[in-house]
Amino acid sequence: MALPCRKTAVRTGGNCFTFTLLNEDHMLGNALQYMVMKNPDVEFCGYCITHPSESKINFQIQTRGALPAVEPFQKGLNDLMGVRRSMKEYRAQREEEIFRDAI
Amino acid sequence: MAAKRRTDEMRDRVVLGEFGVRNVHTTDFPGNYSGYDDAWDQRRFEQAFRVDVIREEGDELEFDMVGIDAAIANAFRRILLAEVPTMAVEKVFVYNNTSIVQDEILAHRLGLIPIRADPRLFEYRNQGDEEGTEIDTLQFQLKIKCSRNSQAAKESSDPNELYFNHKVYSKHMTWVPLGNQTDLFPDADFRPVHDDILIALLRPGQEIDVLMHCVKGIGKDHAKFSPVATASYRLLPDITLLQPIEDEAAELLQKCFSPGVIEIQNVKGKKVARVANARLDTFSREVFRHESLKNLVRLARVRNHYIFSVESTGILPPDVLVSEAIKILMGKCQRFLNELDSVPME
Repeated sequence: MALPCRKTAVRTGGNCFTFTLLNEDHMLGNALQYMVMKNPDVEFCGYCITHPSESKINFQIQTRGALPAVEPFQKGLNDLMGVRRSMKEYRAQREEEIFRDAI
Repeated sequence: MAAKRRTDEMRDRVVLGEFGVRNVHTTDFPGNYSGYDDAWDQRRFEQAFRVDVIREEGDELEFDMVGIDAAIANAFRRILLAEVPTMAVEKVFVYNNTSIVQDEILAHRLGLIPIRADPRLFEYRNQGDEEGTEIDTLQFQLKIKCSRNSQAAKESSDPNELYFNHKVYSKHMTWVPLGNQTDLFPDADFRPVHDDILIALLRPGQEIDVLMHCVKGIGKDHAKFSPVATASYRLLPDITLLQPIEDEAAELLQKCFSPGVIEIQNVKGKKVARVANARLDTFSREVFRHESLKNLVRLARVRNHYIFSVESTGILPPDVLVSEAIKILMGKCQRFLNELDSVPME
């Protein structure tokens, strides 16, 4: 199931970007917003669902200074993947322990 | 010292007051608190992060996730509900339906029956594909006819005696392999999860003859595809007694909370209340109805400790569902990262 992601620049200067993410909702929006806000270079980050009948979100990032806004977006996605990876590894580790105890 | 305690409370606890809830929103973002480094640090996260499986029985799983934020926990819950795929009946070809259940009602009911088929073995059906191939479709048949039991006693009024096959159960659904599915899935036993789901009632002469196509889908599309009976989470309760509570007040306090939360100990001849296991409490806030007690207790929840409860419909075991949910979120992030790399920025 393809998930196209269209990006549109709202303000020139590159430090404020609004991404339109298609086929997404609060699930990725809120989680990604949290991860991007944890970045000290980000001045503003928010998302909104334009209309409940349309499944897309507008995700806006504004950075301090001249940092291009794409970078916090990428960092947020990578950090979110990192969270998931730790969850997977933690579970795998625990299952191994349980397996070892069971033997 | 008191200021730091208050700040820590604001950061770590959601406090339940008499008339409202305080500190609901996450505020630990960089720059909000001086003296705290709130920027995202993978190592710090991994040190604090913990997953503990509390109970795993059949289709139910209860586990704790400590060290994450509400946004991530909620994302996890939403994925479990709406984005983990399963197989369910999508198209019903009605060859004969003389029962009193209308075609569309019957089709709707058949769609809601959970099908024991591992969705990871199948692909999504291509849009516009009406026929279905063996890699994306499971075919089931329901062919049943009700007849009169000529051996029944004359005066009997029990339908179980009078008629054969008057109750159509999900166990009457049989798998009809498509194409080379018998070779692809030699040990497979595709059938509904439960045998005793009542689909329709028949009387003599009525018959149902339908062919069903199951496809892979997600809960976002239709709730029949949701793999969980429900998935929910709550935050770990945190009950603090601000002053020692003794004797009758202690007994009253024990009654205000769920059983097992407050225990009464005998200290030097006096009965003293102690919080034994705050986790069991359901926070009815009964303690706020008593003037003598309401200022002596602080009810709060630990902001980053989530008690998840996942109940599967039986299609996939709950721990597999949790793993799939994690994979799905990683897949989403990876897809967007790939898009960012491939499309040039304006």
